[in-house]
Amino acid sequence: MKNKKLAKKITFLVLILIAVSQLFPLYWLLTFSLKGNAEIFGDNIIGLPQNWRWENYVRALTQTNIIRYFLNSVFYSATTVAVSGMLSSMAAYAIARMKWKRSGLVFGIFAIGIMIPAQAALLPLFQLLDRTGLKGGYLALLIPYIAGALPMSILILTGFYKGIPKEIEEAAYIDGCGVFKTFLLIILPIIKPAIATASIFTFLGTWNELMLANTFVDADKYRTLPVGIMSFAGQYSTDWGLIGAGMVIATIPTIVIYFLLSNQVQDSLVAGAVKG
Amino acid sequence: MLGKKSHIAIFVLPALLLFVTFGLIPLVTSGIYSLFEYDGIGTMNFIGFGNYVRMFTEDPNFIRAVLNSLLLTGASLFIQLPISLALAMLLAKGVKGEKYFRTIYFIPVVISSMVIGQLWIKIFHSEYGLLNMLITTVTGQTFDYSWLSNPNTAFLSTVVPAVWQYIGYHMLIFYAGIKSISKDYYEAAMIDGASKWQTNVKITIPLLAPVIKTCSIFAITGSLRAFDLIYVMTGGGPNNASHVPATLMYNNLFRRGLYGYGSAQAFFIVIECLVFSYIVTKLFKKAEENASVL
Repeated sequence: MKNKKLAKKITFLVLILIAVSQLFPLYWLLTFSLKGNAEIFGDNIIGLPQNWRWENYVRALTQTNIIRYFLNSVFYSATTVAVSGMLSSMAAYAIARMKWKRSGLVFGIFAIGIMIPAQAALLPLFQLLDRTGLKGGYLALLIPYIAGALPMSILILTGFYKGIPKEIEEAAYIDGCGVFKTFLLIILPIIKPAIATASIFTFLGTWNELMLANTFVDADKYRTLPVGIMSFAGQYSTDWGLIGAGMVIATIPTIVIYFLLSNQVQDSLVAGAVKG
Repeated sequence: MLGKKSHIAIFVLPALLLFVTFGLIPLVTSGIYSLFEYDGIGTMNFIGFGNYVRMFTEDPNFIRAVLNSLLLTGASLFIQLPISLALAMLLAKGVKGEKYFRTIYFIPVVISSMVIGQLWIKIFHSEYGLLNMLITTVTGQTFDYSWLSNPNTAFLSTVVPAVWQYIGYHMLIFYAGIKSISKDYYEAAMIDGASKWQTNVKITIPLLAPVIKTCSIFAITGSLRAFDLIYVMTGGGPNNASHVPATLMYNNLFRRGLYGYGSAQAFFIVIECLVFSYIVTKLFKKAEENASVL
């Protein structure tokens, strides 16, 4: 019995240690975002700020373009989630529930998309956007983001659609609903949880995306948060308080969504991995 | 009604056209470019697999980049996954605060790798970084080693946050897998007098084979295509020591204008991912069959 108790204590200690190692860097980020250089580079490197410098945040918001980047990121993410959610819930519906010969092939095409790393399409995409004049505008990122989000959403949604009993549509048709009305009013409400799962997956991917945002956007006014902060981290490299404040601002939305929906977020990322 | 062609087209074509135009065709185009000598402006010279041969025979930077990405893959497979699996097994047994631990371990996963990268640049900072400060406190001597600007440690310094960030991710997938194993197996094992350790080795891990396979494929392909953290933390430097194929490819395409050669490197990453996924699937075939028999 004693051994069992000891084992339990050691287990708990290990879990706590790992939790600390996962959280400590973030705690450190939060504290240095509220300190002046004297503290950051002096003798209060890991403690709570002695003098809480909220002005780091004020400076980040006023001296840099961070508000613009933030709004851009909101716009890119929200539009990508909405449009890719709509397109993928329609396409997955056709794949999972409509009767046609090529549905397997189309599903296969989207399944390939999950295997492709974005970098493999980067250059031709760059040229395509350049030639069509889309580069240098919101569409330069929106279109690749939406196209890139489709495969995973379709995979997640197809699985859900297959679990709905056939009788649902039959009953709707007997009641005189057409295909579109049935889809909008009956099917979509049923798969709401699956759409939420796919949306979270899409949101996190879009909000945090770096490579395309860094490549397809030249003008400052179309920049996303990750690229914007990376550039001002270079510009103000010795001003850790300011950079820290910017990084915290960029992280807040994902953390808030995570804490509000932690089960849903965890489920959706597991769904993404397991289906992929 | 569900078989009408016009309905199907309306539902499936918008997504399909968008994905084919902006996903599939660019991928195929990359594959075609990889067979040419091409700088984006001049003529395209067909050179067959010349670019692929060049990567391995004339480009020590590329070889180093491949070795680096294999090192990252190894760290992910043999350090990250075992930690995640062990954590998942400890948590799934039912510990006090199970849900809190799960939530905490997962936090780094949702943060952008740009933020994680910038943060770890500061952790590894030679004078004011968390790491050197810790070493200085423990040893009592000033330690100001510059982790990221020394070619010997630059890449390793990017491996640490890469492993750190996704421990919670794999943990959660394992955890979900363990929770889906029927309790009957454990009850039967207990009746037979099996120890905790025995049930872990003989029941949990074998039954988890499909999940371990998924995580392995995910860890491997994620490592082979890694870009963000390395791009942010070292940019491949110093002296090209910390490149991986993705960052090298990026430089070749967008800094040096080597469209053909860079495309070959991009395509190499795709091939690598497919080959490794295939190998892992083959390796796990037997284990998965056993898992389904149990």
